[in-house]
Amino acid sequence: MVETLQNLYLGFSIALSPSVLIYAFAGCIIGTLVGILPGVGPLAGISLLLPASFGLNATTAMVLLAGIYYGAMYGGSTTSILMRIPGEAASVMTCIDGYAMTRKGRAGPALAIAAIGSYFAGTVSVVGLMLLAPPLASFALRFGPPEYVALLLLGLLALAYMSGGSVPKALAMAALGLLLGMIGIDPMTGYFRFHYGLVELGDGIGVVPVAVGLFGLSEILLTAGQSTPPAVMKPRLRELLPSRQEWRDSVWSIGRGTVLGFLIGIIPGSAHIISSFVSYAVERRLSRHPERFGHGAVEGVAGPESANNSATSGAFVPMLALGVPSGPIPAVMLAAMMVHGISPGPLLIMQQPDLFWGFIASMYVGNVVLLILNLPLVGIFVNLLRIPYPFLYPAILVFSVVGVYAVNGSVVDVWIMAVMGVLGYLLRKFEFETAPIVLGLVLAPMLEMSLRQSLALSSGSYAVFVTRPIAATMLGLGLAILLLSLRPVFTRGLDWRRRLGLESKPSLGEEGKP
Amino acid sequence: MLTRDRVAGVVILLFSLAVMWETRVLPLGNFHNPGPGYMPMLLAIVLGAMAILVALGGGGSLPLRSLAWPEKRHALAILAGCAFTALAMERIGYRLTVILLLGFILWVVERKRPVVVVATALGLSLGTFYLFSTLLRVPLPVGPGRF
Repeated sequence: MVETLQNLYLGFSIALSPSVLIYAFAGCIIGTLVGILPGVGPLAGISLLLPASFGLNATTAMVLLAGIYYGAMYGGSTTSILMRIPGEAASVMTCIDGYAMTRKGRAGPALAIAAIGSYFAGTVSVVGLMLLAPPLASFALRFGPPEYVALLLLGLLALAYMSGGSVPKALAMAALGLLLGMIGIDPMTGYFRFHYGLVELGDGIGVVPVAVGLFGLSEILLTAGQSTPPAVMKPRLRELLPSRQEWRDSVWSIGRGTVLGFLIGIIPGSAHIISSFVSYAVERRLSRHPERFGHGAVEGVAGPESANNSATSGAFVPMLALGVPSGPIPAVMLAAMMVHGISPGPLLIMQQPDLFWGFIASMYVGNVVLLILNLPLVGIFVNLLRIPYPFLYPAILVFSVVGVYAVNGSVVDVWIMAVMGVLGYLLRKFEFETAPIVLGLVLAPMLEMSLRQSLALSSGSYAVFVTRPIAATMLGLGLAILLLSLRPVFTRGLDWRRRLGLESKPSLGEEGKP
Repeated sequence: MLTRDRVAGVVILLFSLAVMWETRVLPLGNFHNPGPGYMPMLLAIVLGAMAILVALGGGGSLPLRSLAWPEKRHALAILAGCAFTALAMERIGYRLTVILLLGFILWVVERKRPVVVVATALGLSLGTFYLFSTLLRVPLPVGPGRF
């Protein structure tokens, strides 16, 4: 413990030096702006700004990039809440209740709760990262391909079970998302699947055009022509403060989201995305009034926002301790470290203590900077809603096009966004949830690769999934969830979801319609 | 009776069958050694099965004819704008494409005054180009005359 504190002192002496502090500020501001711009997420932001970090020393470069990452996560929640446009996939769940709160005139409290929850989760999870990284990393090392298959299946089934509408519909959407994830070159055999002559599909369909299309464009399509367009809120500064009830409802959600996000974050995968989905499902499950979810429940903002920020720190555990990127963003940051001649892995902490502990300390600093920046600026962000909708939606459309195009510099992504917009529009008309599509798309390559690796390891025997305790436990849980969730379909009985009033809520696009 | 869930279930079932048909050109492998077509086929079967459940359980959902499309004119116009953007952006450049897109939406669809349309279209087009291309160094396509 004393050694940890000494190391932290070393870290703060680096992180609080003026040159590093300036880059931490710069990273947070740039990241927040990147996150606020609809359609431009942290991945695109970090990728675009990566070359700018090449001229810096390794510690400063990492602090800058981490600041952009955090800032974009904060900023992403703003567009999700105000415009129902997720800055990136992790903000998808925030869209649901955050935007519903906006439509009820509670945009300010939603933004404030998201900022405070993110600050709390970010700070606590850095403590967790600092203290628990070594033992947690060693536990994550026990996960082989069979455990990943079981974990991913469990995650999808849990999401379907805890979702508000019909389970077969949610599972169908998850399967559709997984199918979309099959497009592109099969990494094991090199087969180019479902390409239809488009070489741009070689790397598969990107998450950004799908998420922007399903959530952003479909919202524009549903609302642009309404005879009564979404009301333009003009909140005053004092209206930004959450009510006492909203504070009470958020406290435990923030706490649960923090713990959940960190635990999910340390497992390699798209942790910050999964954590927000799982957190939303848990909050809904635990709520005494689950029927409020989807209609502006503050817990639906507090939980997922805390979870995805907590998972951001958790995701650095495998990256820093093992040299294994836990998702596309840590992968880009890993590339930045390698550009500076640093080999990430178990020896990093011993060989580069100034970089490791300076990075850890800069996370504390970054969270404080973001809270200072975001809470006072919440009022400015809310002003976006003062723009009349006939002018706002064309602007969102332009930002979406640029954001989608910027990721790969390809108009194919713009086409994908348009197709996904139509799909999202139709699915919401028919009361299907679109969030499982995004999760399925993200998980598909990992699920397929893990399944085939598992079978290759076991010489084609499926017994590998039941002879390994962790995998068998998770699969058993998944099977129980599947049977429970499909029981009402066959028995026509009432399950807990219906008793709790969770049955088939109207789709978000239908809200407020005549 | 035609209900929303029944129609949706049938459409998704047809889509899953189309995926199965498309998968025929990929090597399936076998149960113990899956090939590149194995997972898509498995997922298409799961999708089809769920679609059947949605259709079978969809008797109680709202009738199809109750579905209203009051926003269809706007939606079609916006989609046409998206298609135009995708087709034109790399041919005539980002700035000109966005000016035309916004001109179409604001003038033709939203019936705004010409002065407002021109100011908004020019401001957003040039402003976003400056922000992304100049400040953030995102390579956006330029058209004839480097515009």
